[in-house]
Amino acid sequence: MIGIGETEYYRHGASPDPEFKLALKAILAACEDAGLDPREIDGFASYSDDRSEASRLAAALGTHRLRSATMQWGGGGGGCCAAVANAAAAIVAGLADCVVVFRSLAQGQYGRFGQAAGIHTVSGERSYLMPYGVLAPPQRFAMRVQRYMHEHGVRQEALRAIALASYHHAQANPRAVMYGKPLDAGKYDASRWIAEPFHLYDCCMENDGAAALLLVSAERASDFRHKPVYLLGAAFGSGHRAAATAHNAPLYATASFDTVAPDLYRMAGVGPSDVGVVQAYENFTGGVVMALAEHGFFKPEEANDFLTFENLIAPSGRLPLNTSGGNLAECYMHGFELVLEAVRQVRETSTNQVRRNDIAMVIGGPMVTPASNLILGSEATL
Amino acid sequence: MSGPAHYLPAGLPIPVSEPDGLSAPYWAGLREGRLLVQRCDRCTSWQFGPEWICHHCHAFDLTWTEVEPAGRIFSWERVWHPSHAALKQHGPYVAVVVELPQAGSVRMVGNLLGDPQQTVVIGAEVEGVFEHHPEADPAFSLLQWRPR
Ligand SMILES: [Zn+2]
Repeated sequence: MIGIGETEYYRHGASPDPEFKLALKAILAACEDAGLDPREIDGFASYSDDRSEASRLAAALGTHRLRSATMQWGGGGGGCCAAVANAAAAIVAGLADCVVVFRSLAQGQYGRFGQAAGIHTVSGERSYLMPYGVLAPPQRFAMRVQRYMHEHGVRQEALRAIALASYHHAQANPRAVMYGKPLDAGKYDASRWIAEPFHLYDCCMENDGAAALLLVSAERASDFRHKPVYLLGAAFGSGHRAAATAHNAPLYATASFDTVAPDLYRMAGVGPSDVGVVQAYENFTGGVVMALAEHGFFKPEEANDFLTFENLIAPSGRLPLNTSGGNLAECYMHGFELVLEAVRQVRETSTNQVRRNDIAMVIGGPMVTPASNLILGSEATL
Repeated sequence: MSGPAHYLPAGLPIPVSEPDGLSAPYWAGLREGRLLVQRCDRCTSWQFGPEWICHHCHAFDLTWTEVEPAGRIFSWERVWHPSHAALKQHGPYVAVVVELPQAGSVRMVGNLLGDPQQTVVIGAEVEGVFEHHPEADPAFSLLQWRPR
């Protein structure tokens, strides 16, 4: 991973630039960061049906040639790590030499995730949910979290600690949309319910912007401007019938990592105790609780003890979490801001730098399918 | 046009079968006040939501089988934030996941009728209530739940 770049991050609908222009700006910023001529890019990877299409980008940038164009199939923001995996796979397979992974979003231009508008009739999965007011992500995921809290005795304070850690980290990050807008326990407790058990601050923001990451083969990684960061492992997917419709997944109270987390550790050749810092996709805080447990950082029954504010903050909490502010407080760049922050941690350039930064994890999209994850490492970990 | 017989206001998306007709028997059953769930003739597995194939034994075209609309609450949520224009002035409402032990413990999502501020208990027994919307275009029926 040789270059990272992002646009300014905006409130949803507030971007002065259209979506495609945001994508171009982020890609050029990543090239500038790496010291790479953008024409050298020969592959594009994204997820969640990103509208900034690979061939148009290649033409706009005047790349010498296009050799790889991969779109992760389904799972929305759960594809944020899978897109990196697909890019790396293209390089390892010899299909491409330099792949940019990116996500661009301008919700003012294209509408929001959190509102269901302009739909007269529905069929399939949505027909079993939307007529009952289970319309948007908060309502689709709250019942999974409620069941998880019931099965394992997880308290609201565990969810709150995740929100507090993200907001705390955002206060040191000038990129963050919530920079200068701190959160404390009282403000969290007093905030309105969106869908019980989610308070307002348990839910991600919606934002405009773009972010990009450049990958080349490991052999070339040290030829560029910054300390190289290596992809030690990646995995994506979900377990048995995770997509059974109308809330019929056999493992209901899960973040979908029951098979994906073991795959990741196996490829990376490390275990949970080797990981020094985690960026975990917060569509909702409750999904982060599940995702961290499924990655072996604690047992579900230990969630209340493990998930405290002190344990989750940089520089030396037990497991510093979402050190840029993440989806809750930096920017909902559909999780891609989390991948960039993991690169910064390994480079030692985060605004909330952790002490144990040689091995960094990213977890994408709890409770969706396919979900995905990554483990990054410094040269010392190879 | 939503009268007191309807739990949520009119204007939410209306459920219809897919163009290929996969769920048409389910929606037609609700309009007649009958709950139909797919069951495999070969291996007796229950399946919901519907699919063209049995996930257990790969037999095609499962039999739509009438089931007593009764179950227990598997999970729930109380929704406060309106994610649709039709809900803007409505206030909180409760959605539940109900599992049906008499049909292989398949689950269905609906609303829990009664006081939206009621205490909801996972595991509580509920019975189905058919909620008909004949005035809608197209007309449809939902399956709601109330404490038993
Ligand atoms: Zn069968």
